[in-house]
Amino acid sequence: MPARPGGSVADIAQRLLAGDIAAGARAIRWLDDRDPRGAALLAAIFGHSGRAQVVGITGPPGAGKSTLTDMLVTEWRARGRRVGVLAVDPSSPFTGGAILGDRVRMGRHATDPGVFIRSLGTRGQAGGLSRSTYDAALVLDAMGYNIVVVETVGVGQDEIDVVNLAHTTVIVAVPGLGDEIQAVKAGIMEAGDIFVVNKADRDGYVATQRQMELMLHLRAQSLPDQPPVPLLRAVAARGEGAAEIVDAVEGHRIALEAAGDFTRRTSARAREQVLALVRDALMERAIRIADDHLMADVTTRRLDPYEAARHILHRLSQGSLAA
Amino acid sequence: MTTQPRRPLRVLLAKLGMDTHTVGVTIIGHALREAGMEVIFTGLKQTPEMVCAAAIQEDVDVVGISTLSAGHTRSLPKLARLLKEAGADDKLLVAGGVIPQEDKPLLEAAGVDRIFTMGSDTRDIVAYLNDWWAARQAEEAA
Repeated sequence: MPARPGGSVADIAQRLLAGDIAAGARAIRWLDDRDPRGAALLAAIFGHSGRAQVVGITGPPGAGKSTLTDMLVTEWRARGRRVGVLAVDPSSPFTGGAILGDRVRMGRHATDPGVFIRSLGTRGQAGGLSRSTYDAALVLDAMGYNIVVVETVGVGQDEIDVVNLAHTTVIVAVPGLGDEIQAVKAGIMEAGDIFVVNKADRDGYVATQRQMELMLHLRAQSLPDQPPVPLLRAVAARGEGAAEIVDAVEGHRIALEAAGDFTRRTSARAREQVLALVRDALMERAIRIADDHLMADVTTRRLDPYEAARHILHRLSQGSLAA
Repeated sequence: MTTQPRRPLRVLLAKLGMDTHTVGVTIIGHALREAGMEVIFTGLKQTPEMVCAAAIQEDVDVVGISTLSAGHTRSLPKLARLLKEAGADDKLLVAGGVIPQEDKPLLEAAGVDRIFTMGSDTRDIVAYLNDWWAARQAEEAA
C-alpha cells in the first residue's frame, strides 16, 4: 500500500517545497482545520515563501469571478506561469456546511500539473475570505507557483479583506446591478488596483463603464499620488479580454517592484496575519474568561458591559499569554 | 494554543460520463451541506483523471460519483486505480445513480467502497458518511 499522505510535518514540508501536489494539499488541510501540525509546517516553509504575486479577484455575486479566473489561468499558462487558485465560497452559519462550486468553471485546468485549485469555505469568517486563506496562499507560494489567485466570495459593500492579502486586487463589475449608488457606497472603489467590467456584451455596459470611469476619476482626484488605475472590459465566458488583464496584472507587479511596494505589500500582509493570530488567540481567552466568570453577573445586571470588559482586559494582561 | 473545532467532512461530488442530468447530485450536495459537510462540485462530464486530480488538490475525505449514462464498469474501476496509484486510496469512494445490482460485485472488488442505487434516501447517505467519519477519526486518534 502506498504511503498515505498523513506524513510527518517534516516530510510534508520537504515534499511540498519540491512541488508535490498531494503534500501541498495536505498542508492546506492542516491549516484550514487548525490542526496543530499546521503551525509547525508553516514554520518550516515560511522562509521559502515571498516570491509569488498574490492576485485577488473580487466583486459582487454573479459578476463572473470564477469564469474570469478560469480565463486568466488559461492566459497565464500560455505565458508559462504556474498558477495556484484559492476559491472561497461561503459556509452556512447554521450547519457549518458549504457548497464549493467554483471548480465547475475551471474544469479544463483539472489535469494540468501547472495549476493547483483549492476550494475553501469561509467557516464563519466575515470579510470575503476564510481564516486559512493567508496560510494557504503561503503554501502555494512556497510550492513555487508564480501566481496565486485568491477568488473571494461574492462581496457586498465592505468585505474587502482580500486587499490586505493580495499584491494586486482586481475588482470585477457587471452591467445592471444598479451601480450608481453601489459603487459609491462600496469601499471597493478605493481598494482595487485593476477594474474589469465583465459581461461587457450585455445591455447596460456603456452606462456601467461610464459610472466606473466617473468613480475612478473622483478617486484619482482624492488620491493624487496613486498611479492611474486600469479599467478594462471582458467577456470571460467567450475568453475576451484575458491578455489585457494579464498585461495589467504584470504591469502592476512591475510598478510595485519599481516603487519598492511589492515587499511593502508582502510585509503588510504578514502584519495582518500576525495580528489576526494574536486577535484570535486573545479572543478565545477572553471568551473563556467572560463565560466562566463574568457573564452571569452581566446577565443579572450586577456588572455593566464596560466594567466587565475592563475585568477581562485586566486578567488578560496578568495571565501567561502563552497558555 | 487553540481549541480544535471538529473539522467538517470534505466531500467531492463529481459526475462521470457524458450525461447532463444534475438533479440527483445537486440534491445529494444540498443534503450533505445541511449535514454540515463541505461539498465540492466539479461539474459535468468528468473523466477519472480529472476527478482524481481534483480529489488530491482538494484533499477531500470522500469522493462521491454520480453516474447515469452507463460506462461505470470501466470508469469507476479506473478512478479507483488512479486514486490508489496516487496514494490517495485512503479516501472513501462512493458511487450512486443508475448502477444495476449485477455490477456491484465487480465495482466493489475494484475498490468502490459503497454503492447507493436508485431510490436511496439522502438520510441514509448522510448517516453512512457520518458513521464512516466517526470511525476514521477514532482510528486517527488511536
